[in-house]
Amino acid sequence: MIAHSVFFYLFATIAIFSAILVTVSRNTIHSVFFLILDFISISCLFIMIGAEFLGMIMLIVYVGAVAVLFLFVVMMLNVTEQRNQWFTSVKNSAHIPIGLIVSTIIFFELIIVIGGWKYKPDLFNVSNLIISETTTNTHSLGQIIYTDYIHVFQISGMILLVSMIGAIVLTFRQRTGVKKQSYIKQISRERNEGVQLLEVESNKGVKIDD
Amino acid sequence: MGHWSIIFQEIYRILFLLIPVLVSVALIVWLDRRVWAFVQKRQGPNVVGPFGLLQTLADALKYIFKEIIIPSSSNKVIFILAPIITMTLALIGWAVIPFSATQVLADINVGILYIFAISSLGVYGIIMGGWASNSKYPFLGAIRSAAQMVSYEVSIGVIIINVLLCVGSLNLNDIVISQKNLWYIVPLFPMFVIFFISALAETNRPPFDLPEAEAELVAGYQTEYSGMMYAMFWLGEYANILLMCALGSILFLGGWLSPIDLYPFNLIPGAVWLILKILLLFILFALTKATVPRYRYDQLMRLGWKLFLPLSLIWVVLTASYLFYFNLLPVN
Repeated sequence: MIAHSVFFYLFATIAIFSAILVTVSRNTIHSVFFLILDFISISCLFIMIGAEFLGMIMLIVYVGAVAVLFLFVVMMLNVTEQRNQWFTSVKNSAHIPIGLIVSTIIFFELIIVIGGWKYKPDLFNVSNLIISETTTNTHSLGQIIYTDYIHVFQISGMILLVSMIGAIVLTFRQRTGVKKQSYIKQISRERNEGVQLLEVESNKGVKIDD
Repeated sequence: MGHWSIIFQEIYRILFLLIPVLVSVALIVWLDRRVWAFVQKRQGPNVVGPFGLLQTLADALKYIFKEIIIPSSSNKVIFILAPIITMTLALIGWAVIPFSATQVLADINVGILYIFAISSLGVYGIIMGGWASNSKYPFLGAIRSAAQMVSYEVSIGVIIINVLLCVGSLNLNDIVISQKNLWYIVPLFPMFVIFFISALAETNRPPFDLPEAEAELVAGYQTEYSGMMYAMFWLGEYANILLMCALGSILFLGGWLSPIDLYPFNLIPGAVWLILKILLLFILFALTKATVPRYRYDQLMRLGWKLFLPLSLIWVVLTASYLFYFNLLPVN
């Protein structure tokens, strides 16, 4: 068990420090890399408590896709060097009280949620959750997510779909004057449309654009 | 003392896996060049050692003795980290590959997700290298490869779901054992073709080697790299290709199972079969490199998003309906 707690504190320290460095570091690209490090150490923590499925999904979705897009945007925007002048200048620290209020509210909400979880364990009756040593947590997750939580699961999928369509609608614009390759047009081109065989009399020539 | 002996034992097992992987990467580079030369009626590397087998070793020695040049305007930490990350990610994926029912370094429950996660992290090496070089060609190469790898990961993920529907487990050994009667290449053949092409795109192999398209981008994200750091990118790339071949042979070609379950074939250890299947897939990779011209970038994106993703999604629906209708869903 000593090794277990050593690794727990290692990952937890890395997670907390990289989370702090995300906000503190001056270079935006460095912030994104610390965010990635944070995601990775949190997925390590997930794996350590036995939730290996969640840990891996965290790696795939957040590190493999979301953070890549973050990095993409930050690199394209070229906002690499931004000096943080928190608490020193009046102009740049105006947002700090609001930020403090929001983070306090989130902190108390977390306390309420975790406290409620402790005092009311059967908030939702899970009908056929089989917890045993032999079933892997992927299996047990599948057993409840498609039975007891099917509506929540489907609704969250719908919300994601709607937001995706919304983003596409907002950014989509029909550009005119762009040459596009049409595969169907290319393939369906016949010989008699493209080639013309002409008998040419001498000294007369051919008019091409007839 | 007990802890130390466990640690030494594990280090011994890791080295016993890593050193053969590194040696086979060296050999596979040679094989790649030989196949390429064979298609083009050339000799290929045949001077250093028997059949030119030691050519890669000679190349590696040359790289080691070359000077490592770090551009003065580059972001030095990220510039140095990029090849290290590429190489490390290419090697740690091998931890879960089963070479037989018992010969596997880490027999974890979510092995296939682990490999998928590792291969989706592989894009970071390229983006970091391209950005930290602080130069236009590497940056364009990095941007291209990020978009390319993210797009093709999606279709690979959906293809993996197809196989998982038939298996009912995320463990790689379970995936292999469930193919005892029928390799998945037979019922899921279209998926195997799509997987093969997506794996080419995912590992930046020709005809999808746009991140380093030398006609447009000099060498893409590797332009500013030299010496051993360039060699590390290169080794990582080939280790990744081998890993993808191993994944393909586990998902579709029955992994370490022998093709015929009869007397003389049973005696051959599973590792040999797996290596033979990896080699077969790799030769297919090399033949593709030798014969197919490079894709244009918009064609690549169209292929990934408009063709492979809908096709593999439709196939998921078909597989699921078939398994459900004939009551073949794996339940345990």
